[in-house]
Amino acid sequence: MKYMGDMLLRQPAFSEIVMGNTAIVRAMVESGTRVVTAYPGSPTPEIATAIRSIPSDKRPFYFEFSTNEKVAMEVAFGAGINGHLSTVFFKSVGLNVAADVFVQLNLMNIIGGMVVVLGDDPGANSSQNEQDNRHFSYLSYIPMLEPSNPEEVYRFYKKAAALSQQSGKPVVLRMTTHVCHAKERVSFDAWSPASLDDTPRFTPENGPYIPLVASVFPKKRAALEHLKTVEEWADSNDIHQTLDNGNKKRGIITSGMPFLSLMDVLETASEKPDILKLGLAYPIPGKTVLEFLRTHDEVKVLEELDDEMEKGIKALAFDQKITVSIIGKTDTEDWIGEYTPDKVRHILHKSWPDAISAKPAASTVQPAVPARPAQLCPGCGHRSAFHAIKKALQKSDVTVADIGCHTLGFQEPYEMGQVLVCMGASTAVGSGLSLFNQSRKVVAFLGDSTFFHAGMPGIVNALFNQHNLTLVLMENGTTAMTGHQNHAASGKNFNDVTDKIPVRQALEGLGVKNIHEIDAYKEAGLIDLMHTAVAEEGFSVVIARHPCMLQFTKEQRRKSGYKARHVTINQAICDRTAECIEGFACPTFTRNSDGSITVNEDLCIGDGSCIQNCPVQAIGR
Amino acid sequence: MKSQNIYLTGVGGQGIGLISEILLRAADHADLRVKSVDTHGLAQRGGIVVSQIRIGESVHTPIIPEGEADLVVSLERHEALRGMNLMLADGGTLAYYDTVWQPLETRLNRVEETSEALLEETCAARNIKLIKVFQQELTDPRTQNVVVLAEIDRQGLVPGVRTEHYKQAMDDLMQGSMLADNLQLFDHQQLPA
Repeated sequence: MKYMGDMLLRQPAFSEIVMGNTAIVRAMVESGTRVVTAYPGSPTPEIATAIRSIPSDKRPFYFEFSTNEKVAMEVAFGAGINGHLSTVFFKSVGLNVAADVFVQLNLMNIIGGMVVVLGDDPGANSSQNEQDNRHFSYLSYIPMLEPSNPEEVYRFYKKAAALSQQSGKPVVLRMTTHVCHAKERVSFDAWSPASLDDTPRFTPENGPYIPLVASVFPKKRAALEHLKTVEEWADSNDIHQTLDNGNKKRGIITSGMPFLSLMDVLETASEKPDILKLGLAYPIPGKTVLEFLRTHDEVKVLEELDDEMEKGIKALAFDQKITVSIIGKTDTEDWIGEYTPDKVRHILHKSWPDAISAKPAASTVQPAVPARPAQLCPGCGHRSAFHAIKKALQKSDVTVADIGCHTLGFQEPYEMGQVLVCMGASTAVGSGLSLFNQSRKVVAFLGDSTFFHAGMPGIVNALFNQHNLTLVLMENGTTAMTGHQNHAASGKNFNDVTDKIPVRQALEGLGVKNIHEIDAYKEAGLIDLMHTAVAEEGFSVVIARHPCMLQFTKEQRRKSGYKARHVTINQAICDRTAECIEGFACPTFTRNSDGSITVNEDLCIGDGSCIQNCPVQAIGR
Repeated sequence: MKSQNIYLTGVGGQGIGLISEILLRAADHADLRVKSVDTHGLAQRGGIVVSQIRIGESVHTPIIPEGEADLVVSLERHEALRGMNLMLADGGTLAYYDTVWQPLETRLNRVEETSEALLEETCAARNIKLIKVFQQELTDPRTQNVVVLAEIDRQGLVPGVRTEHYKQAMDDLMQGSMLADNLQLFDHQQLPA
């Protein structure tokens, strides 16, 4: 077996098949990165999986999952101004959480260097939007590199780290979902471990680090001046790539993953435009772009999501009075979705139908297949909780969702959680819904990891401003949705056993007076508690607790002597009321063509949470 | 050599990730230029899991254009039809493990379960080679992926990749009893029925 951890620390040069999220960890090792922080979120958690593959006593850097993205960025910044090369990574929307610190970074002299790694999600594969985080670089004057494949992830991280160390300014490495997860053979350089320097080098003399009036303008000026040197740096560091197809008429400027889609499409094109692939998403490299504009009659800007590149390029052409025809986005659809080869073909065909053919029509023989939305896992405590809580509430009551596995409760047949915005928002959104509202009870849901992430301010506010709602804290002991990372109440962090910060004690400490708790499997009891809680004046909390059964079952399977368990349905008793399917809706229950209901033993874990819900007691173990 | 596009699909928990990684590494052991990409995230919660593998000198992205897969591999019957509809080229090959994890709408009695007959008819209409894999006496359902892998090898569905390459790939990824059990199952499937 090949061990990822051994590979990541190998000293001679080598090549291996890796995903982008693994390649970046080798780059961290080679660059001498000392502190890495993160909050889990797709498409980036596998970076931590690769980090974990290196035994902690051999790991040349410190790593933590912080309580949220803002905290993670602050820890990385603190390490950076103390002289340690640092890196923080998280998903696209994580930057909204971290924005308050992010926009200050360019005003600081980060003597150790700092790389901010973003996992953007064009196509919203696993996010609540497909926001284009290139905007944040424009907002904060922080340079941004954009790799297109695992090889570039590796190479660009090393370049970004070197640039940041040399300039004392942060650099962003913007990856996207299918750059993070793409796998291919990557060649890695040799690595000679340097002796680790733990010297704390922080001194205010490297600052000023207090960005108040007197220092803001010079610092901003320095950040803006720095951008000019970054353009030159990129030109002399192989960050951009020009493909000369000998086409003086047509050219394409693109970047990132869309470049690869473009290359695929051009394999069969009747005419191949020249290509300029930008590795720098911000700032737009003026000299390189102008040279390309001047040597072509028509230039198409092929740009995923928003039109930052297009606007920058058009402005350059306008200022320089270049008479090139620049084709940017042509309709709303160009702003939406991932630029896959199919999408790129469609976009190019709209502008240049003579060069790029349309995609042939798909086969018309396509029988319908029922949709398969993601489901709560068999045995999930959230299922029991939603099934019970739905019974405790009136149809007109309002339920507010939050981010996590329990978001899936919005689906049939539970329909629990009718509005969702972002991490930790449920209590405060619920507070707003409760104003002037005497007739409809408001119930908010929140997971335990999210409670620590961004949930607490909303709770404090509900107490402080005396809002009238019930919060159901769905406590499963882990950050389940993103792959079971520990959180502050888990009793373990990434590296060590640690004191738990129990959710209940935290709530008590904040001053929540009405706290109820129960194992989510105890549905009758949960229904009673909900009746009590929603009747209480003011803010009440129900902790519906059950460990994540996906994680529990995985752990059980690793133990010797593990025996798979499952429930069975006594067909002599079953009257086909189908509450197990239509009300409780565990995916293990299968409806057969003769109307009978059986258990899919490949799926059932034998937890028995369904047994209490059969009206004729036909389910047993 | 013509490039080869392989689209793998199934339901979260069926082991698409492992079979995909074995195919990827086997192609690499066969000295083919190969790229792949998996979908992560929500897939684990009973949703659809997809992995795409592309082999060839002129392949740039791991993402297969719709309707251009040469081979669709599915570990579940509904996903076989869905994958075939979206991705498989006419005249291609569908290899699937014939188990059913009913989608919500089927359980709720709103949409009929996809039948074997429907798959057969659709494949016939589109000149698609249909390979149904099923192994009655399998003790652990999580090894269905290796049964399918053995069939991919036995029928030579990935040109240029041979038995030893699959075994090398399995050796890269597993060890101890897990490796031994999977290799034994893989070998056993190669025997004439």
